[in-house]
Amino acid sequence: MAVIEMAGVGHRYPGSDRQVLADVSVRLTEQRVGVIGANGSGKSTFARLLNGLVLPVDGNVRVDDLDTRRDGKAVRRRVGFCFTDPDAQIVMPTVAEDIGFGLRRRGLSREQISQRVRAALASYGLEGHADHPAHLLSGGQKQLLALAAVMVTEPQVLVMDEPTTLLDLRNARMIGRVVAALPQQVVLVTHHLDLLEDFDRVLVFDEGRLVLDAVPEEAVAYYRKLMS
Amino acid sequence: MNPLGLYLPGTTPVHRAPAAVKLLLMLALGVASVFLDRAWEVAAVLLAVVVGYAVARIPFRTAVAQVRPLLWVVGFAAIVHVFLDGWTRAFVVVGVVVALVMLAGLVTLTTRTDAMADAVVGLLRPLRHVGVDTERIGLVLALGIRCVPVVVGLAEEVRDAQRARGLTASPRAFAVPLVVRSLRHADALGEALLARGVED
Repeated sequence: MAVIEMAGVGHRYPGSDRQVLADVSVRLTEQRVGVIGANGSGKSTFARLLNGLVLPVDGNVRVDDLDTRRDGKAVRRRVGFCFTDPDAQIVMPTVAEDIGFGLRRRGLSREQISQRVRAALASYGLEGHADHPAHLLSGGQKQLLALAAVMVTEPQVLVMDEPTTLLDLRNARMIGRVVAALPQQVVLVTHHLDLLEDFDRVLVFDEGRLVLDAVPEEAVAYYRKLMS
Repeated sequence: MNPLGLYLPGTTPVHRAPAAVKLLLMLALGVASVFLDRAWEVAAVLLAVVVGYAVARIPFRTAVAQVRPLLWVVGFAAIVHVFLDGWTRAFVVVGVVVALVMLAGLVTLTTRTDAMADAVVGLLRPLRHVGVDTERIGLVLALGIRCVPVVVGLAEEVRDAQRARGLTASPRAFAVPLVVRSLRHADALGEALLARGVED
């Protein structure tokens, strides 16, 4: 497992005085870590800090001793990221091209890329859609494509920012099952609390602060009380 | 149906032709179009493009959809040229534009975007010596093609939202949210590219 460390992390977005995260210190070594909190509580910023998409204003974030500020590229190779809206993540017109996109800058031959793309298509149930226009897939298939496109690059850690928020219950459960079967370390930001049942640890955020770090049952109960 | 000039999978000779050849052919027609001034020359080029569509087995509706967005402009140009220069000149001007647009459509319909991007990177390779980032040009081309259905989708959403709120057709009420949404999408795309290993 990768070791993710945050020390005294705080963040404000440029042009805003609002502290979206304040004084977060945490060390993540577990295979399954959940992140929950109300809208605007800072959990998406927390997720983006983990692979350097957002750099901390205060403190530092390290992944296996690589600093996101100094070694952003190396960190992003280790930490894959899935967004809430797969449409924002899909950058190529067809399914196979999009899966292969992340491999193009890795010094692989065309045959190696094509082999990995075929394997990813099969693993995520997209075999019949290789040349399909990505924008015509269903919501669940788009999220599977986004996941396949990240996983094909073989990251050690997968950070997912509310990947089921735009999906119906069936597709949300399907994504939950796929994620549960991944061998990678996963940090999952979600509002679907049932996805966290088998997780090792859950972090609860409220108004930019990490207010509880506990096992799922305790964390979910605390969050429900906080929202009532 | 694929009305937007996006890749239609196939195994025809047009699909299998190297992307670089197709791009060079398009470039050659672009250059040659300046010198086409006889009706039979333009008719021959149009016929060749139509044959290309037939060989590539592109459905008729998809072929027509490639030039449909041009109808108003081409129609206006045709009327002006008929009055100013006569029928023959009108046919030459309109025919060249239609042939160029249809050929561009045929290339995108029969060529994978990554093959096209690779071809562009390969063709521009000499420019690397003067500091041009050819990989970036290939990426911009691929993203441009990907963004066509995205912007069309955003435009449909904005139009639906207007209808749902009972607003009449107003260019400003349509353009402002469309531009805002497109810029938001561009921001999200930039973040996704960074997350997927395209460093700035």
